[in-house]
Amino acid sequence: MSPTRRDVLRGLGLAALATPLAACVTAGRDAAPGPTASAAATSANNPLGVDAARRLEVVIFSGGNGDKYAVDLHEAAYRKAYPQAEIKHVATQKVGTQLRPRFIAGDVPDVVNNSGPEALDLQSLVQEGHLADLTPLFEAPSLAFPDKKVKDTLVGGAYENSLIDGVPRVLQYTVAHRALWYNAKLFEAKGWSVPRTWAEFNALGEEAKKAGITLFAYPGQVGPFYQLWNLIYSAAKIGGNKVIIDIDNLADGAWTAEPVRQAVAAWAQIQKDYGDKAYFGLDHTQTQVKHLQDKVLFYPCGSWLENEMAKDRPDTFEYAIAPVPSITSADALPYEAIMIGVSEAFFVAAKGKNPQGGLEYLRMMLSKEGARGYTEMTKNLTIVNGLVDGLQLTSAVNSAAKAQEAAGKNTITDARFETWYKELFDYGQTQTNSVMAGRTTPDQFCANMQKKADELKADSSIAKQTRSV
Amino acid sequence: MRRHGFVAGFLLLPVLLYAVFVISPYVQAFQIALTDWRGVSAGLDFVGLDNFQRMFGNEAFWQALRNHLVLLVTMPLATVSLALLFAYLLNAAGGSRGGTMTGVKGSGFYRVVFFLPQVLAVAVVGVLFKAVYRPDSSGVINGALVRLGGEPVGWLTDQRLALWSIIAVMVWQAVGFYVVLFSAGMAAIPKDIFEAASLDGAGRARMFFSVTLPLLWETVQVGWIYLGIAAFDGFALVNVLSMEQGGPDGATTVLATEIYKNAFGYSRFGYASALGVALFFLTLTFAALTMRVTRRERIVY
Repeated sequence: MSPTRRDVLRGLGLAALATPLAACVTAGRDAAPGPTASAAATSANNPLGVDAARRLEVVIFSGGNGDKYAVDLHEAAYRKAYPQAEIKHVATQKVGTQLRPRFIAGDVPDVVNNSGPEALDLQSLVQEGHLADLTPLFEAPSLAFPDKKVKDTLVGGAYENSLIDGVPRVLQYTVAHRALWYNAKLFEAKGWSVPRTWAEFNALGEEAKKAGITLFAYPGQVGPFYQLWNLIYSAAKIGGNKVIIDIDNLADGAWTAEPVRQAVAAWAQIQKDYGDKAYFGLDHTQTQVKHLQDKVLFYPCGSWLENEMAKDRPDTFEYAIAPVPSITSADALPYEAIMIGVSEAFFVAAKGKNPQGGLEYLRMMLSKEGARGYTEMTKNLTIVNGLVDGLQLTSAVNSAAKAQEAAGKNTITDARFETWYKELFDYGQTQTNSVMAGRTTPDQFCANMQKKADELKADSSIAKQTRSV
Repeated sequence: MRRHGFVAGFLLLPVLLYAVFVISPYVQAFQIALTDWRGVSAGLDFVGLDNFQRMFGNEAFWQALRNHLVLLVTMPLATVSLALLFAYLLNAAGGSRGGTMTGVKGSGFYRVVFFLPQVLAVAVVGVLFKAVYRPDSSGVINGALVRLGGEPVGWLTDQRLALWSIIAVMVWQAVGFYVVLFSAGMAAIPKDIFEAASLDGAGRARMFFSVTLPLLWETVQVGWIYLGIAAFDGFALVNVLSMEQGGPDGATTVLATEIYKNAFGYSRFGYASALGVALFFLTLTFAALTMRVTRRERIVY
């Protein structure tokens, strides 16, 4: 009846077949050592020791940003530098399905853009020693600013985000701003101003209601994590970034802390007073279309939103970003604070045939041509600082840049349990829908999340991560 | 012996394929269920029954099981009853004409209509019903409700309705096939039995319960088992239709969804295999039980 389920089971079966499993079940963990590729001699031009003739395989997730940027910019640069090397380019929308059997068999590509709904679980890859240490890359001289190390050319938080168990393993390539998005033209036409306090937010909700507009909506069917982010960032605004750091560290009582409860209660009340329950059953595209039709005033999302909706956006709509209004008068972070995060993960396979080439490829992505070209092509800012002068940016990116300026040092940190403990994050999504729909109270939300976090903490089969900043 | 060799020669290849692609994955699933395999390397450790212990302590597992139970009772019952009714209407309810039983007027047309959902891929059905169940006034059902002055209903977002909404889709999709199956079964019943019953003054209802159904029993039994096994599935529809893949609050989750999440979401292939083993035994137990309970004396005609 359902081919999809069969695919799943077949996938399980075939993946198992690919390994000589009968032997492996007893063979134990250190059964299959990967091939180790030796580096060529290093020099000023070749700080990473790339073997000029060795083949390089690059796997790109071909999603919203496509894969053209990789072919035209980064692979072209590599080809120019190492004309003898053959480059194999693979574009896929199913990173996991395509690569999982290859990791098992030991035939791995060198560079992987681990994105999309089927992205591989990084934690288990690290546990199996599949991810190369990116330290040589970060310590190498930058191609964009030759007098600096790569590490020193990146926006704050980019290096910290590459760390897994204290070792840099994954390069998050793009920067995204996450807060509330609204139609600047609608606000202008109505003479409304962006609310800075929760009272103003509620007052605007009344105004919007009169105009037949829903103050706030998030997509409950696909994408309740937009609201989970929103809840966590709001909590950080009340209690400071420590709230998020505690959550990531699975600290005792991290979820039952007062700022979390206050943030959840405030948003649940907004949903109750000004929300529309229909959005619990809509996916992100449907909700974003409603937003473009001015049926929704504020939508919680990241700065990729404009790119994603470029085809549907009418001229009467101009994306702009607004920080979440201050919930209490004693918030730890000022109103201007927004979340600035990194995404688009790239890693180099440790057991591939050309890890040095892989690191060099990432260095080229962080070069002036590589990063600026990427921004030009995909309208996404990269983590390399100071390369966008004179670029034609969209109104959303401009608005985000302004918000970043206003925020200054007051940025909300990203929540890393999203990738560290995906199970907790997924559970958080179901709990978010539940509390927003009023099926559970904010107190129950906090208690449920805490219970799940405690369970994970006690589960020895899951490797734990910690962060201090 | 020569004849056996001949038969064995023909069977060798299919049996080999079956062993490699069906039996061995099953066996390996049993093996993997006892390990902590993460799905990205050949290395794994034997952890005994840890995965099963985790499974029995997991609320999501029990929730999936409860949903399967509801599916198992309602889905086959609704599908078989509807299919029997439609098949009877199409084949025998038009009364006797020229000595043979005929269906209601236009039965040829209805036959095609009933079978139509069967040729649609499950994913298409999912997308179709996403539009049907859409929770605002753009939804097919809710649009009608709003125009009639009602409030839109959260078919898939209300935890009391969500599972029933999905069951309705499953029934809608399955009924056509069983109408055809039962029609074929009815066509195989000798016409003179109907004629005799008709001469004895049996009405349509009496004819159905005393003649058609008993003679169709084996076909119904087979259908029941198929539908029961389908009730242990439901993955594609749940994945496409429900919120949070099995929500709200786990109201629509099924074992296959849990397997998918754990294997491909959390890289817990060992635990996912343990769920798979549980599903295997549940399906097997169900099939064996149904065969036993519904066993009747065979009517030879």
